[in-house]
Amino acid sequence: MKSFLSLSRAMALGLLRDRAAVFFMLIFPLMFLAMFGALFDSDSTPRAEVVQIGNVKVFDAMPDSQRSALRGVLKIEKTGGSAAARRDALAQVRKGDVDAAVFQGDGKAVELRYSAADSASAGNVRAVVNSVLQQANQAATGQPPAYRLATKQVEDESVKPIQFLTPGLLSWAVAMGGVFGSALNLVSWRKKRILRRLWLSPVTAGSVVGARVGVNLALAFAQTAIFIGLATLPMYGLRLTGHWWLSLPLVACGTLAFMSMGLLIGSWAKTEEAANGLAQLIVLPMAFLSGSFFPLEIAPAWVRTVSDFLPLTHLAEAMQSVMTRGESWGAALPVMGGLLLFAAVVTLIASRFFRWDDA
Amino acid sequence: MTGNAITAEGLRKRYGETQAVDGATFEVRHGEFYGILGPNGAGKTTTLEIVEGLREPDEGTATLLGEPSWPRNKTLLRRIGVQLQASAFFERLSAREQIHTFASIYGVPTARADEMLETVGLAEKSRTRENKLSGGQAQRLSIACALVHDPELVFLDEPTTGLDPQARRNLWDLLRTINSEGRTVVLTTHYMDEAEVLCDRVAIMDEGRVLRVGAPAQLIEELGVRSLEDVFLQLTGREYRE
Repeated sequence: MKSFLSLSRAMALGLLRDRAAVFFMLIFPLMFLAMFGALFDSDSTPRAEVVQIGNVKVFDAMPDSQRSALRGVLKIEKTGGSAAARRDALAQVRKGDVDAAVFQGDGKAVELRYSAADSASAGNVRAVVNSVLQQANQAATGQPPAYRLATKQVEDESVKPIQFLTPGLLSWAVAMGGVFGSALNLVSWRKKRILRRLWLSPVTAGSVVGARVGVNLALAFAQTAIFIGLATLPMYGLRLTGHWWLSLPLVACGTLAFMSMGLLIGSWAKTEEAANGLAQLIVLPMAFLSGSFFPLEIAPAWVRTVSDFLPLTHLAEAMQSVMTRGESWGAALPVMGGLLLFAAVVTLIASRFFRWDDA
Repeated sequence: MTGNAITAEGLRKRYGETQAVDGATFEVRHGEFYGILGPNGAGKTTTLEIVEGLREPDEGTATLLGEPSWPRNKTLLRRIGVQLQASAFFERLSAREQIHTFASIYGVPTARADEMLETVGLAEKSRTRENKLSGGQAQRLSIACALVHDPELVFLDEPTTGLDPQARRNLWDLLRTINSEGRTVVLTTHYMDEAEVLCDRVAIMDEGRVLRVGAPAQLIEELGVRSLEDVFLQLTGREYRE
């Protein structure tokens, strides 16, 4: 027990004093959270910007109440009706500075010109302008509307990108800590002959492995605490659901699974550089293919097939389920079991390659 | 307990095509200062690794303090001290933290560890990180770590390589003290003057075998040469190794 504690202490101090490691395992993922959080937080439905050339009756006659209701989705800028103004407005549409130009056509027609370059904003501006016209048509009948469309999104209204990003990025951070931590530590201790020195002292392999696992678990829980602490700040507004604490055993199982990958890398690699490169080669594609950064619903089928085999995919999904989708044991238990099984199998493979020195 | 601290009998170890150790046999008596000498690639390192219990021999047995060194035996490991290279330290830990870690692994009080640091003259460097120690300081720290649990038998692997003459002489004094306190010391070195000054007996190895064993003065006399270096060159030849 005493040697387990002192080895844990030695490893923890070695890790905390390595500024680069602390940066990559604690600060770097947080930077991603802050960055993505800010990026995705900007209005997801873009406001359509339209230049109105000269007088357009429908728009000019719009009552103030409707005008203010539209303010969130439509911005109208009125210019003069000259031919030069029209050329100028169309040029702006082509360049993408505004989404569309609108002018009075023959008779009752309202002419809309948009660019096909950005199909999403083109569709958006057409829909918005069309709805303005439909309302005006309906109002012209002098009857109350016969039908009305009421919409509401299915998620809790608080659903923001942060609800998706926090569990995903946290899973990624845990994966980095596990893979890099164990791979680099193993290679470095082998190169510095500490493994050999420990073999020649009366410590059990259990103390050495246990100390490393303990330090990594502590790191992973620290990452979890910092992530949740930051994301729940009003600025980011994460809202945790009932069984969010199930993320702790999930993080623990994930740490074991990723440490086993690091063990395999560290057993195979001869130098820190090789271990680092190989770990990058595995962690980075895994992060992208796992859906930790962005949802994979729109990804091609083969990507989703590959994704299904990655431990990070399952961890990230289970973390989302328990932290922000209000799910419970049902979502967490199978994943914990899978991660532990993965850890056992990979550790077994790694033990085949394990060398305690270079000779 | 038998009369010998170490008994190595017919050790053999093969790596692929290379027969690294080819029937090495030697004995080290209790309290003896014993040197193992040989050119690079002579099989010294592998022999020592087998004796220490790091590797299993293909053939033969190594007995330390009356117990076989393979398989790993924790009771035996408490009684031996091994100094590997100066670099075998925990990363980013200070001298004091290093020796405290080793002390607690062996269940030794930290006061004893601080005392050991004092003995090797590193008390003032106790807060210095491992990578900021000079070559000599690092060597002394690694010896202190090997001695922290007061072992009966100490293995030292080229402890003076890369040191300046002052540091070397100081280390010799330290090694003599360790030996005079009754410990058995096994030393490998490339410096023949060092072996001549320190060792009661030396074994000269080449091609995985022990060529000759004896007190330095006795070997010099037997071969009719001037120094241990001449003995070494006469037995192992002058061509380059590795």
